[in-house]
Amino acid sequence: MGEPLLTSLPAAAGPAVVTVAPAWAVAVVAVLGALALAAAAFDGVLSARSASAGGALGAAGRPLGEASRLLRQRRRTTVQADTLLWRTGGAGLFVAAALMLAVVPLGRWTVADLAVGVVWFNAMDVMVWALVWLVGWGANSAHALVGGYRFLAHGLGYELPLMFALVAPAIAAGSLNVGAVAAAQDGLWFAAWMPVAFLVYLLGVAGFSVWGPFAPALGTDVAGGVRAELSGVDRLVLETGRYALLAAGAAFAVPMFLGGGAGPLLPDWAWTLVKTLAVLALLVWVRRRLPALRPDLFMEIGWIVLLPAALVQDLLVAVVTVWRS
Amino acid sequence: MLVDIAFVALGVVAVLSGAAVFVVDSMARATYALAVSFVAVGVQVLFLQQSYVGVVVILMMVMEMAVMAVYMVMFMGMNPALMPMSMVHSNRTAVATAVLTFLLLAAGILVVDWPARRGSPPPEVTEALGEALMGPQMLVMAVISPVMVATIVAGVVLAAPRTRYDRFGDDLRQRPPDDPQPGGVGR
Repeated sequence: MGEPLLTSLPAAAGPAVVTVAPAWAVAVVAVLGALALAAAAFDGVLSARSASAGGALGAAGRPLGEASRLLRQRRRTTVQADTLLWRTGGAGLFVAAALMLAVVPLGRWTVADLAVGVVWFNAMDVMVWALVWLVGWGANSAHALVGGYRFLAHGLGYELPLMFALVAPAIAAGSLNVGAVAAAQDGLWFAAWMPVAFLVYLLGVAGFSVWGPFAPALGTDVAGGVRAELSGVDRLVLETGRYALLAAGAAFAVPMFLGGGAGPLLPDWAWTLVKTLAVLALLVWVRRRLPALRPDLFMEIGWIVLLPAALVQDLLVAVVTVWRS
Repeated sequence: MLVDIAFVALGVVAVLSGAAVFVVDSMARATYALAVSFVAVGVQVLFLQQSYVGVVVILMMVMEMAVMAVYMVMFMGMNPALMPMSMVHSNRTAVATAVLTFLLLAAGILVVDWPARRGSPPPEVTEALGEALMGPQMLVMAVISPVMVATIVAGVVLAAPRTRYDRFGDDLRQRPPDDPQPGGVGR
C-alpha cells in the first residue's frame, strides 16, 4: 500500500485487487467510523434544517454533543434482563458492519479478497436479524420485544428481494468476488442497466440499518421499540451500529453497482470514497422523504411486488449475459 | 499448526455451545447457543476451503435461528417461553439415546478403513463438489424443483381454512377482499 498514488490512476484499468496485510483491518474500522460520523453529521444538519433551528456547523456537530451526553448518562438496568444477549446484540451491529466493509475494495486494495465476497456480505446482513432481535429481547421489556418482532417482520419482507438483487451483478460478472464484479463494469455501470436491482438493494440497506421507512422497529408508538430500555453508552453503541451499517451498505453498492473505483482525474480509492459518500448522503436524505412502512403491510409489498421485480431483473440480466458471451 | 489449533478450538466451541442448548433455561439463549454452534461449524467448513458452502451454512443457520426464536417463544410451553423454563424433557431416555448414538458414530469413525488420498484437490473445490453431487442428476433435480414448489403451494392452499369465497364473497365480486390481515398492495 506504500506505492505513490499517481500510479493508481484508473488508466491502468487493471482488474487485479491487491490484498493488504491483515493489520489494515484497523483502517477498515477507522474508515467505517469516519463514514458513520459523516452520516450522523449530515443527518444532524438535515434535522436542524427541517426544524429551521441553528446554523449548519452547530447542527453538524450535534452527533458529537449527543455522543458525549450519552457517555455521561447512567446505563439503565431492568429487572431480570438477559444482559449477555442484550449487549451482544447492541455491540454486534458495528462488528457486522465492519465485516461487511472488509470485503469492499478501496480502489485496488482490499483486506479480505474472498472468492465469495458477495455471499459473505449477505451472511453479515442476515446476522443483523439476530442482533436487532436480541437487543429487543434482552431488556425483558414488552415494548422492546415488540420492536424486535417488528424488525423481523420487516426482515421477512426485504431479505429475499435483497438477496436476489445481489444475484444480478454476480450473474453479469460471472463471479461472487467483489473485485471481479467491480472490474466487470467496464464502461457501463450495473446501476445503469439493472436499476431495479439497485433500487431493491438500496431499500434492503435501509432495511438492515433499521433506517427511514424501516424505522417502525424503533417507533415512538411503542415507546422507542428496540431501544426503549437503552440509555447511556448502550444507546450510543446501537446508534453507531446503525449508521455503520448504513455506511457499509453504501460502500458495498460502489463495487456492486457503481463501477467500483472507475472515474476520471481522481485516483480509484478517492472515487470509491466519493461514490460511497454520495450513496450514503442519499440514504440519509431519504429518511425524511419516505413514509414509514408498516411491517404487516410491507410483507405483501415485499413478496408480491419487490421479489418478482427482482426475479424478472435477474432473468433479464441472465439472458443478456448469455447473449453477450 | 495454528490452523489445526483453530480448527480444533472451533470444534470444541461447536460441541460446548451445542450442549449449552440443553443447559440454559431460556428459549432465546438455547436458540442462539445453537446458532453459535452452527456458525462454528460453518467456519470449520471455511477451513476446509469450501468457502461458498461455509458462508452459506452461516447465512442460512443464523437466519433460521432468528426465525426459530420467534416460533419457540410463540409456541413453547404454557407461559409462552417468556419465563425461565427447562430445555429438556424425557431426560433419561434422551441422555441414553444420545450417548449410545455418540458411541456408535464414534466407533464407526475409528473402525472404518478410511481410504488414502489419491491425487490432489482441484482448484475449484466448490465447483467440483457441485459436479460430483449434482452433475449426473441435473435433469432429475431440474424436474424435482418445480414439483417441490408445486407441492408446497398445494399444501398451503389445502391447509388454509379460508377460500376465495370467504375473501371475495359468494359471487366473487367483493372488492377489496375481506381479509383478517389486510395486505399492503390492496388486493
